Amino acid sequence: MHIVVCIKQVPDSAQIRVHPVTNTIMRQGVPTIINPYDLFALEEAMRLRDEFGGRVTVLCMGPPMAEDALRRALGLGADQAVLITDRRFAGSDTLATSFALATALETLGKEHPIDIVFTGKQTIDGDTAQVGPGIACRLELNQLTYVAAIDSLDKAKGEIVARRRAEGGVQVLKSKLPCLITMLEGANTLRRGSVQDMLRAARAKVTVWSAEDAGVGDLLKCGLRGSPTVVKKVFAPQPREEPAEMVAVEGKTPAQIGDAILDLVFARQPKLEAELTA
Amino acid sequence: MANPPTKPAAGRAGMKKELPEHFKAYRHVWVYVEVERGRVHPVSWELMGEGRKLADKLGVELAAVVLGAKSPELKQVVRQTYHYGADICYICEDATLAEYRNQPYTRALTDLVNTHKPEILLLGATTLGRDLAGSVATTLKTGLTADSTELDVDDEKSLAATRPTFGGTLLCTIHTLNFRPQMATVRPRVMAMPEPDTTRSGRMVWHTLGMNEADIVTKVLDFVADAASNKANLAYADIVVAGGMGLQNPQNFELVKRLAATLGGEYGCSRPVVQKGWMPAERQIGQTGNTIRPKLYIAAGISGAIQHRVGVEGSDLIVAINTDPNAKIFEFAHLGIVADALTVLPALTDAFARRLGVRALAS
Amino acid sequence: MAEHFDAIVVGAGPSGNAAAYTMAKAGLSVLQIDRGEYPGSKNVQGAILYADALERVIPDFREDAPLERHVVEQRMWFLDETSHTGAHYRSDDFNEAKPNRYTILRAPFDKWFSSKVREAGAILICETTVTELVKDARGRVIGVLTDREGGAIYADIVVLGEGVNGLIGQRAGLRPELKPAHVALAVKETHFLPEETVRERFNLQGEEDGVVIEVFGGVSSGMVGTGFLYTNRESISIGVGCLISDFAETRIPPYELLDRFKAHPSVAPLLKGSEMKEYVAHLIPEGGYNAIPRLTGDGWAIIGDAGQFVNAVHREGSNLAMTTGRLVGETVVQLKAEGKPCTDANLKLYRDKLAGSFVMKDLKKYRKVPALLEKNKHLLTAYPNAMSQALQSMLRVDGASKREKEGQALAALKKNRGSWAGVATDMFKLARAWR
Ligand SMILES: Cc1cc2nc3c(=O)[nH]c(=O)nc-3n(C[C@H](O)[C@H](O)[C@H](O)COP(=O)(O)OP(=O)(O)OC[C@H]3O[C@@H](n4cnc5c(N)ncnc54)[C@H](O)[C@@H]3O)c2cc1C
Ligand SMILES: Cc1cc2nc3c(=O)[nH]c(=O)nc-3n(C[C@H](O)[C@H](O)[C@H](O)COP(=O)(O)OP(=O)(O)OC[C@H]3O[C@@H](n4cnc5c(N)ncnc54)[C@H](O)[C@@H]3O)c2cc1C
Ligand SMILES: Nc1ncnc2c1ncn2[C@@H]1O[C@H](COP(=O)(O)O)[C@@H](O)[C@H]1O
Repeated sequence: MHIVVCIKQVPDSAQIRVHPVTNTIMRQGVPTIINPYDLFALEEAMRLRDEFGGRVTVLCMGPPMAEDALRRALGLGADQAVLITDRRFAGSDTLATSFALATALETLGKEHPIDIVFTGKQTIDGDTAQVGPGIACRLELNQLTYVAAIDSLDKAKGEIVARRRAEGGVQVLKSKLPCLITMLEGANTLRRGSVQDMLRAARAKVTVWSAEDAGVGDLLKCGLRGSPTVVKKVFAPQPREEPAEMVAVEGKTPAQIGDAILDLVFARQPKLEAELTA
Repeated sequence: MANPPTKPAAGRAGMKKELPEHFKAYRHVWVYVEVERGRVHPVSWELMGEGRKLADKLGVELAAVVLGAKSPELKQVVRQTYHYGADICYICEDATLAEYRNQPYTRALTDLVNTHKPEILLLGATTLGRDLAGSVATTLKTGLTADSTELDVDDEKSLAATRPTFGGTLLCTIHTLNFRPQMATVRPRVMAMPEPDTTRSGRMVWHTLGMNEADIVTKVLDFVADAASNKANLAYADIVVAGGMGLQNPQNFELVKRLAATLGGEYGCSRPVVQKGWMPAERQIGQTGNTIRPKLYIAAGISGAIQHRVGVEGSDLIVAINTDPNAKIFEFAHLGIVADALTVLPALTDAFARRLGVRALAS
Repeated sequence: MAEHFDAIVVGAGPSGNAAAYTMAKAGLSVLQIDRGEYPGSKNVQGAILYADALERVIPDFREDAPLERHVVEQRMWFLDETSHTGAHYRSDDFNEAKPNRYTILRAPFDKWFSSKVREAGAILICETTVTELVKDARGRVIGVLTDREGGAIYADIVVLGEGVNGLIGQRAGLRPELKPAHVALAVKETHFLPEETVRERFNLQGEEDGVVIEVFGGVSSGMVGTGFLYTNRESISIGVGCLISDFAETRIPPYELLDRFKAHPSVAPLLKGSEMKEYVAHLIPEGGYNAIPRLTGDGWAIIGDAGQFVNAVHREGSNLAMTTGRLVGETVVQLKAEGKPCTDANLKLYRDKLAGSFVMKDLKKYRKVPALLEKNKHLLTAYPNAMSQALQSMLRVDGASKREKEGQALAALKKNRGSWAGVATDMFKLARAWR
């Protein structure tokens, strides 16, 4: 089986800083990580490989330094890594991203036909959960999103049964390979690669593809030009106009504080008091 | 948005405001009404409320799209769409649409769009909505702004969708200038629930799908409904009490649960609490958890990081308890108490219990 | 099949990087192991980079190393509660083509250094902790075990650049446990300020000019320790460090010490309006010459902080780390070339190289300072206080004659130190320790 996992290198956004004067993002010095959701996808892919044989390829679109993320994935146990990097990809929105990734997947599939493409549920920087469905749609893969568990896989029949998180419950779906699965968090526990995995990863060559290498013919579909959405404004959230009313606590017993809060809550929400005491 | 640029893009091809000729016929605002097993997801009505405002601003009509298998419930839903503001309801009844599956639903919605040409298409950012919106937008090759928190139309009648970006550190406003429809998803509880007007009525437009079950690869073997008893319904609770890392250990969350129980509300927490394994993921409040919109939100020992803030800002009254007078949460709370949550929570529980005439529930 | 390398380097700090680079560049097969998520992820430094030591490893490092500012001005401040007395030295001569000292941020710097090491051909694995040294029947070190599955990895020599509290050497009985009086705990914060503000506040002309301030006296609240404040491109590094034994005795929490320092009226205006970005704590070995452990054995050698190679008096560490790393590297390369095994006897070459370098000479020169300061803590408070009182009285024009003021100053000195005999003894001790 050939399984490809799309992973994205993202800034560890807890540490993103905004320039206080110009209000622009300061990426410099912000550590990067593999998008956490993608790790669940990677682990699930490796689990299937270990059970059914074959190989796991990790695919990433990003700047040259995203090679670090791919190398890390190799250290976790992936077999092969491909980075597609090109300045003409810069500024891609989800439509352009899914175009570039889908094209690269097609190119990859020419060598070894792909059975399953995995993506994470969503990224923590883009946070759209749209790239996975976008890829599936472009490649006409059966789409299984928000998968919490893969119940079974019949390699011979090319059938897969998966549990998909839906609103209010879980759908048990039977579908056919090739398919695209977006993996839900918490679906598995990430393994720690062995010393041998780490050494292999350190020695491995990450395949680096330009747009042409990836098979992209129509550059108008890439990057900013291929992105129908336009960011018109980036801004920091405004503080509330009215500052919080601070409840005086000095010299009060807890019981008095409790009552003071209660009075203020009900003063502001008289309806609530009526509802609660009704 | 996969990669919002740090600066607004200016002066590039995409910014040209001249809409291609073949898109000029695209008119009206559409809301996809999510029906699963006969139930409408409340986010759809929230979107109808928002869609109505946009349609009025644009001077166009508001349409609802209802997909599903033929059933009396579906007819009922159509009527409801008018009550929530629809002028038109597009309906497609087909046996293959009995349960949500990407393939027939994508087909139905794209066919409808291509036939009736809306300028704006809104969906709820639920597991269904996000699954569907991604394929539809890709099929139509148009722009999609996911997880918007604010919708508006600008002077040029273009949809301005605002969403958190970079993990919520910043907000950005996104437009789809040269493509139609302009698509956006919005998370449950971000928009207010409108009051239905049962006297309203509208037109119904039928659509036939023309797909056979045999054409559809994916089959639904089973649906396991979440056990209602242990499933948190944070998003729609009227009162929510939440604790953060300031509570220091898992045992102290009993204080949060007790206050919530006394008030007949739900309890929740910040993300690190989930990461520590002190609470299940479904209890998380914030950007990557539940968005809540209660009448009363009490946050104890929560610092008020932006990712938390975007999930609670719609609350009518936010009460924050934090030992640090400079905590960010006081920037958006209505009432602030600088004190130890471990003493304030029980005191508040007692106070409410006394006032409400109920006994504080033992754990 | 078990892997075998010419050398395994534990740690990807400045010492480990210098060692790995030197050996890999010469064509040896080198494996470097670091427990951090990436090199430098957990490493802490002020930080000042001394160019000379790095230049001897990577001569053209200035071309692409992430350097913040080069130092054109050094300030020495003696603090008491409300004032500081200082000496400033600024010279345009420091604006040379190849400046001698730079401020750096360790995370990007270590990452860059590591990329050079890998370019040179070494193999690096991160997020991997070496847990144990593997020894053969005769007690020679032949490899390492890690916290990952997959067993041992072997090498002709294991170079320990594991930093001050690296446990591998200790666990293997190669070096003694640290004594609290031989280690300082430093806490440090990085404060973000717009680049323009940094330049304005420190009166910096050139885009890359920088200032460092070393602070003595009240900053350590009577403990043996010092504070520092360095300008980076768009941030300021500020920290204090004191001996662990003193923290234990005074029970002052380290962050509180730093808070006091930041609130000092001479310091607060420099940080005003800044946004705290990072808070870290790290140990610094300060035992000096007398605390240096055994440095080599059969199949192993120690470099950098793990070998206590820090000159606490001059706040040098990374340069000693890089120099010791380079010297071990050169030694192993030479032994390999000569076909000699890395036995303790053959590694004498490293010890000799060390003895001939500034590293040992400097540490030897100050070998008495740590003990002196440890036993005479008043040195760090009495004199700064007296100096401050004297200057304040001199500068205040209040009708007292200058002669009276001189008398007051001397009296203040005596009062701060207790007695004239005490002052004389201090002078004598200091002179001897510095000789
Ligand atoms: C991509 C991304 C998505 C995220 N999504 C979410 C999300 O959906 N929801 C979310 O909540 N977070 C989210 N976060 C995390 C968020 O950035 C914060 O780290 C988190 O909200 C902090 O949680 P906290 O306030 O409980 O903990 P802390 O930041 O540790 O704050 C604890 C607070 O408790 C106070 N305190 C301490 N002791 C007491 C006491 N005895 N009594 C009262 N107060 C006390 C402290 O002063 C402090 O303010 C996300 C982060 C990222 C990067
Ligand atoms: C606050 C502060 C300010 C300083 N200021 C300066 C200054 O201005 N100028 C200066 O020259 N020096 C300064 N120093 C000293 C300088 O930082 C050190 O001397 C230098 O970092 C030592 O380098 P090293 O390679 O020996 O150790 P480290 O930099 O500590 O590196 C050790 C590495 O080994 C790894 N490691 C440890 N154990 C294991 C294991 N078992 N398995 C795998 N990996 C392991 C660690 O992850 C780490 O990356 C300062 C130190 C501090 C704390
Ligand atoms: N640049 C990228 N390179 C590789 N995979 C990506 C990239 N962007 C998104 N993905 C994949 O698509 C998923 C959803 O991303 P998003 O739509 O941005 O939330 C992620 O979890 C990744 O698996």
